[in-house]
Amino acid sequence: MGKRVMLMQGNEACVEGAIAAGMRFYAGYPITPSTEIAELSAEKLPKVGGKFIQMEDEIASMGAVIGASLAGLKAMTATSGPGFSLKQENIGFACLTEVPCVIVNVQRGGPSTGLPTLPAQGDVMQARWGTHGDHPIIVISPSSVREVFDMTIKAFNLSEKYRVPCILLMDEVVAHMREKVELPEELNIEIINRKKPKASLPDYKPYKDYDGDGIPPMAAFGDGTPFHVTGLIHDETGFPSTDPKVTENLLNRLMNKIYNNLDDIIEYETVDTADANTVIVTFGSTARSVLRAVKLLRQEGFKVGMLRLKTIWPFPHKAINELTQTATKNLIVAEMNYGQLIETVKASADGVFKVYGLNKYNGELITPQEVIDKVREVAVNA
Amino acid sequence: MRKELERYFRKDKLPHIWCPGCGHGIITGAVIRAIDNLKLDQNKICIVSGIGCSSRAPGYMNFNTLHTTHGRALAFATGIKMANPELKVIVLTGDGDCAAIGGNHLIHAARRNIDITTIVFNNSIYGMTSGQYSPMTPKGAFATTAPYGNIDRNFDLCKLAQSAGATYVARGTVYHVPQLIKLIEKALKHKGFSFVDVADICPTYFGRKNKVPTPVAMMEKIRDMSITVKTAEKLSAEELSGKIVIGEFYEENALEFTEEYAKIIKTAQGGK
Repeated sequence: MGKRVMLMQGNEACVEGAIAAGMRFYAGYPITPSTEIAELSAEKLPKVGGKFIQMEDEIASMGAVIGASLAGLKAMTATSGPGFSLKQENIGFACLTEVPCVIVNVQRGGPSTGLPTLPAQGDVMQARWGTHGDHPIIVISPSSVREVFDMTIKAFNLSEKYRVPCILLMDEVVAHMREKVELPEELNIEIINRKKPKASLPDYKPYKDYDGDGIPPMAAFGDGTPFHVTGLIHDETGFPSTDPKVTENLLNRLMNKIYNNLDDIIEYETVDTADANTVIVTFGSTARSVLRAVKLLRQEGFKVGMLRLKTIWPFPHKAINELTQTATKNLIVAEMNYGQLIETVKASADGVFKVYGLNKYNGELITPQEVIDKVREVAVNA
Repeated sequence: MRKELERYFRKDKLPHIWCPGCGHGIITGAVIRAIDNLKLDQNKICIVSGIGCSSRAPGYMNFNTLHTTHGRALAFATGIKMANPELKVIVLTGDGDCAAIGGNHLIHAARRNIDITTIVFNNSIYGMTSGQYSPMTPKGAFATTAPYGNIDRNFDLCKLAQSAGATYVARGTVYHVPQLIKLIEKALKHKGFSFVDVADICPTYFGRKNKVPTPVAMMEKIRDMSITVKTAEKLSAEELSGKIVIGEFYEENALEFTEEYAKIIKTAQGGK
């Protein structure tokens, strides 16, 4: 397949990216504004020999995805706020049992049923801490349709590489917006598959760190090496343990396999930050308004820039730290919620910057004008 | 243990965690014997469970085994079976796991007629959390959360499974073991969703609370309450009250879900 230029929606790009990444199983439940992802998966997966199933609820969808991944297929589900809440227990199961899977959350207004058809970015913290207990997770957030395609592939790659659930945190705007996109040739797409045990392993232990990188090779059910998987704390054989040392070692390994590889995982984009006095920290569709505002403000002579977080969790502290090497004095965190990411930005900035919030939580986008107004307000106060 | 059965167990994980007199070991043994009788490929069997005493069984069984979240075994099992239809997928579950928190998944797995065998360790109580009433606890029975007697009505899981679409439905007990093994064999051989409800005993929590003081007394009670499907047909609803009807309720050859999906793949790829 050569290059393809198409007009497509974010949700559509997500399915294209997923199939390109090797998704061969999808389980989901209808929910606005993610439903097109299920519909298109139902249509496209069987064409590539993959499987689609509409489950009886969100919880079952997440369970089926984990089951399919344990049986060897790359698996994904998509949902929105209420469904994301329901999936959390099983997401935690996937974190602890290290089962690769991709969860797309097309954010909508909340809490509860909230604003089903309107955009929000209110699940920043749920994406990180929605399931109970300490756990690693990777959360990435696209700002354009093309980036939805790329980031869906990245989500699969990271999930497979690190054996961790990866959450593609979209929002209603990016999901439903249509843009002209040029999809890359398949040959040019980097695909990462989970590490399999070496055929010669006589006594395969599913959670043994054979390679010293914290990522145990993963067999599939039916490969010929029976193994046990449990949501209980387990030792390297996969069987339950309450030994304090085993518990500590397991949690440390789960965390370290992510936190020792931040440079590989984290991505962000900076625009005009080198000489900026004020930098707007943002992500997802809000970054589009911010980018426009930065351009207009620059024309007026404001020294303003943008830090767009493509990776939200693990939080890119390095990106904030790099700003300390610049002239930046003020950070404005622009997000479509009451103020979620700002708390982590503040902690990361640790008093070096003044941190202001630009928040909107009424179902409407943050407009470029609102960003401009905020920058002016900060400039006056600073 | 018979020598030829040892290979089906993870002997280093034994002894099990179950209380003295618990019926779960009998059901686990019956599953193993059924598998052995059918000479199924050990590597191609995947046993999935939820949460509870019964759901610890797969840990002792030497197959591909998955101990999932509470009530969700059938959802995980559905993903496994779809991803690799070559696997023989067996769900071991308890009455709380299957009939309460997992009830929705039971209905829909049965409705799809996906080729999964579900075996319920039905001891009418939540044992792992030490004795709360379950949807299978009889009305009037006592439990730690029913200190004045249970006012919830229980229901017939086999009828639920059958009406939801299960294509093999049977009930056995931990007293009638040779019959139980045969029923599980039939369920394992059946193509489609097969369901075996097993009347089980929990002396520690159900027995103590309900003045059935010993495992032997509980076994005798199961024996005395049990009647065959044939006998039951002649009894009125009133006469059936308090009885455990055992045997085969339903068997049907119907289109199986993963085979139907294989046809979808063919169609989508332009085949006929």
